[in-house]
Amino acid sequence: MKPRSGYQAFRVVALAVVVIALMAPLLWMIAASLKTNVDIYDTSKALVFSPTLDNYGTVLQQANYVQFIVNSLWVAFAATVLSLLLGVPAAYSMSRFNMRKSALVVLMARVIPGVSLLVPWYYVFSNLQMVGGFGVLILSHMFVSLPLVVYIMMGYFDGLPTELEEAALVDGLTHIGAFRRITLPLSVPGIATAGILSFIFSWNNFMFALVLSGADTKTLPVAIFDFVGYASIDWGGLMAAATVVTLPIMLIALFVQKYVVSGLTAGATKG
Amino acid sequence: MATVTTPTRAPGGVAPVGYVSAWSRWANEHRKWLFAAPAMAFVAALIVFPLAWTGYLSLTDAEGSVRAESEFVGFQNYVEVLSDTDRFWPAVARTVAFTGVALLFEVVLGMAIALLLWRPFKGEKWVRVAILMPLVATPVAVGMMWRLIFDPNIGLANQVLGWVGIGPQPWLAGQHSALPTTIFIDVWQWTPMVVLILLAGLTSLSDEPQEAALIDGASAWQRFRHVTLPLLMPTVIVAVLLRGIDALKTFDILYATKGRGGGSFHEVETLNVYAYGLSFDYNEYGLSSTVLILFFLIIIGSMWALTARKKGAQR
Repeated sequence: MKPRSGYQAFRVVALAVVVIALMAPLLWMIAASLKTNVDIYDTSKALVFSPTLDNYGTVLQQANYVQFIVNSLWVAFAATVLSLLLGVPAAYSMSRFNMRKSALVVLMARVIPGVSLLVPWYYVFSNLQMVGGFGVLILSHMFVSLPLVVYIMMGYFDGLPTELEEAALVDGLTHIGAFRRITLPLSVPGIATAGILSFIFSWNNFMFALVLSGADTKTLPVAIFDFVGYASIDWGGLMAAATVVTLPIMLIALFVQKYVVSGLTAGATKG
Repeated sequence: MATVTTPTRAPGGVAPVGYVSAWSRWANEHRKWLFAAPAMAFVAALIVFPLAWTGYLSLTDAEGSVRAESEFVGFQNYVEVLSDTDRFWPAVARTVAFTGVALLFEVVLGMAIALLLWRPFKGEKWVRVAILMPLVATPVAVGMMWRLIFDPNIGLANQVLGWVGIGPQPWLAGQHSALPTTIFIDVWQWTPMVVLILLAGLTSLSDEPQEAALIDGASAWQRFRHVTLPLLMPTVIVAVLLRGIDALKTFDILYATKGRGGGSFHEVETLNVYAYGLSFDYNEYGLSSTVLILFFLIIIGSMWALTARKKGAQR
């Protein structure tokens, strides 16, 4: 089917509007992060200004953001690796043995409001003297990423033919051996998708870290929130901080676009 | 597959693991639960027990410190919360309004954009990149970004309105404009999610019904209304379900743009923000647990209603 040329012209214009509406705010944020506060307050310098990296200096040196970047990386990395370790075998079992009810238990974690769990967690972990440490932060982020991993990997395993595993069994591998040597290597794209999504969701998580992190374990979203003081806002610094947290994740998404999209839409069309 | 009990060396050269020990045999026979149990135990430990505790706390007068003594008060908290027309019911109304309006815009705009992207074209890759960016951007940072853009004095939004001769608006700072502005932010960030889901659905549709309708002389609108939309309905409902759950639970952008209590007049205080404030700003654990149990029931209820519709649409 070839659409008519009138539609094509409309389509180009409409999609251009969509792209501008989605990208302009982000570009504006990056532009503001490169302006002095004087230039931000001067609306005549909206587009023409002399860029400076001073705001990044403020954020990275004075506001201790290097530490928060390391914290965020560590928590997201640990939560992702642990979620994959627990989630991939679980998804395999749930897919091969058709354990739909068990899968539902794990997916409940996506439905329950985080706040309703935070109070009891806070109760328990503060009695264990764990609040403010990395352990509890990683556990809470796993709570976000593990269901994601299970959900994505179940869909992936459902789509893998079982014939290869059966052939491996005939060749003398055990069931677990077949999983390790045949299924896992075939699942690398699925595992990559699940891992990337899990990393993004952990990196972006705000509420759990807001309650459970301490001064030394603060992650970037909490650090940005704390940047807004009670007095006037340092807009340049705030936009630099916002850019520091969003730009890496946007670059990751840019390079592994295919995986991110397949992860976000996993299972959506199966009905 | 239980017939393979005595593994032999594979001819291909790959050494089989084999049942080298009793442990290996046991592990293979119990692999179903060996694989699934750790993940399930983890989730259950972090859900079941906390949720039960929240349920218990909702029946007590717990407040102040997490270690303070609390007394069992029965359904007193529920009576108090359900008769609270000052904070609770307005928060329910805001949650429903926020979710309903945001979902409506996200689904309509998402459908329009997905249809625009449906057939291949030059430059498609770049549009897809632009669609992905708001989705992966950190919500707190997105909230801060819009705070600057919607600043009444120096923000880009009022500047743009000035060019077309419209006076400055208070946006997030206005008592009545704050909630619509946060809805706008949610629509900006999450419409792309709906686009991606619907696009995946559209791509999986076969061309034949479309072509048949075209031969029958159906207009573009008729083809959409009577062919594409009914076929796509299950995917639309999945999108509404996924986005709806997250919209009900929206916290990050509301807290980032308006702070504690959803602003000084609680302009954007939804149930989630209210419950968070009761728990961690006021330490009213008993009351907050009651609000959370009610909130949870609302979420489960709406999910149940939607899944019922989905089953109906698939029939």
